Amino acid sequence: MPQLIFADYPPQIFWLVVTFAILYILMAYVALPRVESVLEERRKRIADDLEAAERSKKDSEAVIAQYEAALAQARSRAQAISADTRTRVNTESASQRSATEAKLAGDVRAAEGRIAAARDEALAKIDGVATEAATGIVERLLGQVPAPGAVAAAVANAARK
Amino acid sequence: MAAESHSPLEQFTIKRHFHLDMGGVDASFTNSSVSMVVVVILISALMIWGMSRRSLVPGRLQSTAELAYEFIAGMVQENIGSKGKKYFPFIFSLFMFILFSNMLGMVPYQFTATSHIIVTFAMALFVFVGVTLIGLARHGLHFFSYFLPPGVPMWLAPLIVPIEILSYLSRPISLSLRLFANMLAGHTMMKVFAGFVVALGFVAGWAPLLFVVALTGLELLIAFLQAYVFTILTCLYLSDAIHLEH
Repeated sequence: MPQLIFADYPPQIFWLVVTFAILYILMAYVALPRVESVLEERRKRIADDLEAAERSKKDSEAVIAQYEAALAQARSRAQAISADTRTRVNTESASQRSATEAKLAGDVRAAEGRIAAARDEALAKIDGVATEAATGIVERLLGQVPAPGAVAAAVANAARK
Repeated sequence: MAAESHSPLEQFTIKRHFHLDMGGVDASFTNSSVSMVVVVILISALMIWGMSRRSLVPGRLQSTAELAYEFIAGMVQENIGSKGKKYFPFIFSLFMFILFSNMLGMVPYQFTATSHIIVTFAMALFVFVGVTLIGLARHGLHFFSYFLPPGVPMWLAPLIVPIEILSYLSRPISLSLRLFANMLAGHTMMKVFAGFVVALGFVAGWAPLLFVVALTGLELLIAFLQAYVFTILTCLYLSDAIHLEH
């Protein structure tokens, strides 16, 4: 078994010590600090980026809040203006309407008075017209003109029925 | 490959590429040394060249390097806590060294450095001695209270303390044997079944071939798992020594 040839031990130990020492020195003083610095750099970079992202997020959130506040303010102002306008228009139209209604009512009353006057006048005249017409009819039928008093009395008599 | 004529253990033979002597110690450059050097080069390529662009959004190679870093960093943080940070480079090197050694062994014709008990034992012993020294340095003589768990009645101490000491001393053995045995068994089994493929020929060789394919998948899993186990046990031992708790 080659592993038990003791004469082969010294060179193996010698080269193990030499190569391992070289490896250790290379790793401890060159390779590992370099890896560590790269990893550290990356960690720092990632942390920085995350922090920047966090800051940007906060900024944008502040802007959004500002915008929302402005929007709410504008909305409430618009509502106030529209409510204002509505009440003003309502009062205006109500007053206009009542004025118009009053005027119309006056017109209606005036017209009704005129109509009543015209009716009274027509009623007053109708006796004369009826008397005249009855006189004419009698004259055509009988060929003689009746006494004006008799016709008027007859018309008045008929109108009373 | 005239493999079937050789023993399945032949693949583990140490071959000296050129001889080297360091103050009387045989420090020859062997096939094991080649694989260790390749492992260090591959890890460095991944961790240094792969990270060289330092991009904010990582590419494939950089992602892999970062994944390895975060995997071990998480393991250290979870098992040792913040006090384990200064041992992180060692834990990381250990994990990558074992993982790449094991994975390199999955490449045909490549030698697996971790398939030798002396290599895994040297690593385990280093971890064991290091952990003990850290425990002693942090807690002084109080460290030995580790061998007597709190709440154990005094009359049990003569029984518990030797058991605890024995289990503590067996740590490097179990740690090194686990990795070594897994690598040895996996590669030997692959070799045996690959030998069957050739021996059974075109007609019946398909069955062991399918088995070798499945075994390759399993071995990839084991290569990762054993690196993970070795590393996480090191973390737990370190945590024990630092926090002095059972």
